[in-house]
Amino acid sequence: MQTALQFGPILVHLDLLLRGLGKTIQLAALSILFGTAIGVLGAVGRSFGPRFVSWIIAAYVELIRNTPLLIQLYFVFFSLPLFGFKLSSNTAAVVALSIHLGAYGTEILRAGIEAIPEGQIEAAKSLGLSRYRIIRHVMLVPAASAVYPSLSAQFILQIMGTSIVGAIAAEELTAVANNLVMQTFRSFEVYIIIAVIYFVLVQAASLLFAGIGKLMFRWKV
Amino acid sequence: MSLRDFGPNELMFLLLATRWTILLALIAFAGGGLIGLIVAAIRVAPARPLRWLAAGYIQFFMGTPILIQLFMAYYGSSFLGYRPDPWVAAAVTFSLNGGAFFGEIFRGAIEAIPKGQWEAATALGFRFVRTLRLVIIPQAARLMLPPTVGFMVQIVKTTSIASLIGLTELARAATQVNTVTFQPVMVFGIVSIIYFALCWPLSLYASYLERRFATGMTRKVENPLVMSAV
Repeated sequence: MQTALQFGPILVHLDLLLRGLGKTIQLAALSILFGTAIGVLGAVGRSFGPRFVSWIIAAYVELIRNTPLLIQLYFVFFSLPLFGFKLSSNTAAVVALSIHLGAYGTEILRAGIEAIPEGQIEAAKSLGLSRYRIIRHVMLVPAASAVYPSLSAQFILQIMGTSIVGAIAAEELTAVANNLVMQTFRSFEVYIIIAVIYFVLVQAASLLFAGIGKLMFRWKV
Repeated sequence: MSLRDFGPNELMFLLLATRWTILLALIAFAGGGLIGLIVAAIRVAPARPLRWLAAGYIQFFMGTPILIQLFMAYYGSSFLGYRPDPWVAAAVTFSLNGGAFFGEIFRGAIEAIPKGQWEAATALGFRFVRTLRLVIIPQAARLMLPPTVGFMVQIVKTTSIASLIGLTELARAATQVNTVTFQPVMVFGIVSIIYFALCWPLSLYASYLERRFATGMTRKVENPLVMSAV
């Protein structure tokens, strides 16, 4: 039994920790970007597309939401090379994370679109707005502002979700942690430090998303 | 260059591994539910330091990845001079983590009950625990039910990360079968179907409950994790 916590031997590897953190932020940022894009397309297709498109999107959403991210990650990482897509573990991670977030994004945005009162749309129609303008200004923007809190909560979960991509050898923060444990044999201290880093990252991201929300939707009462 | 093809034996292996996923999910549900009740009670308790303690607990478990919590329990506990079994580490981690989320779900439901109920109970001479047990929880149970069932889906999916500390449940069985057959589409396809078969009925039931209880309710109880990573 060790008698005292020693953080020194780990903190000398600060450069590794910071590189891991950078990779985690990069994975999270890219997958949030692509995942949100998928979510917007998915929600629009689900609400306004032809019936078969709507069904395919619904199947995608249900499939992703009812299977573990880890299995989705393995599926992408091990299967895509068979079809001729050579993927690095980082690319596979971004693909899997984006597909994952896309499903939740679709569902969240769709809920927002469905909550738009019918009267708003009728009012816009009677004002002679084009279909595109109605979808964009009367439905999507108000829907986005209404569901922004849920969406940013999902983004936070996405940041924490990146921790499992170490399972396919992407070198993010958790993978760096596991390497450090093997080097220093100070598992408890390493994971405490990593937990603190994630915690700070998550709090910072919450503030950032809250700030972005205020800027983007400031006209909203 | 596979060692063998995916056949009935491999399928059987995956199906048998599913019971460990189910068992782990049940442990996490029971442990998390119990801890969640206690945490929720403390969160609405009159004593302020207790409330802060519970809030800190929730902050830690909701603000860091569960995988790190799992590694901390499994590898980190050697600091205390012992290396737990993966099952113990997973059961403890999932219960503590679930306790934080259940705690928030239950608190939401408890706080949705009108203040007048508390005041009425106080007027009748009920103390805190009694009020909670006899007056508040019975009414809040209706509100807790849909998000609780929804969170069960979350638990089943999260058990997959126990594979990363070497516990042979469904996800780990999948990687093992994939290594010998090298038929990832088949293996992970089938495993996805198994997880889906476990989770989808729960998802449908949760949304049914949500619709059913939606009418005549004072306010909707937000599930902090209708959606989640992992």
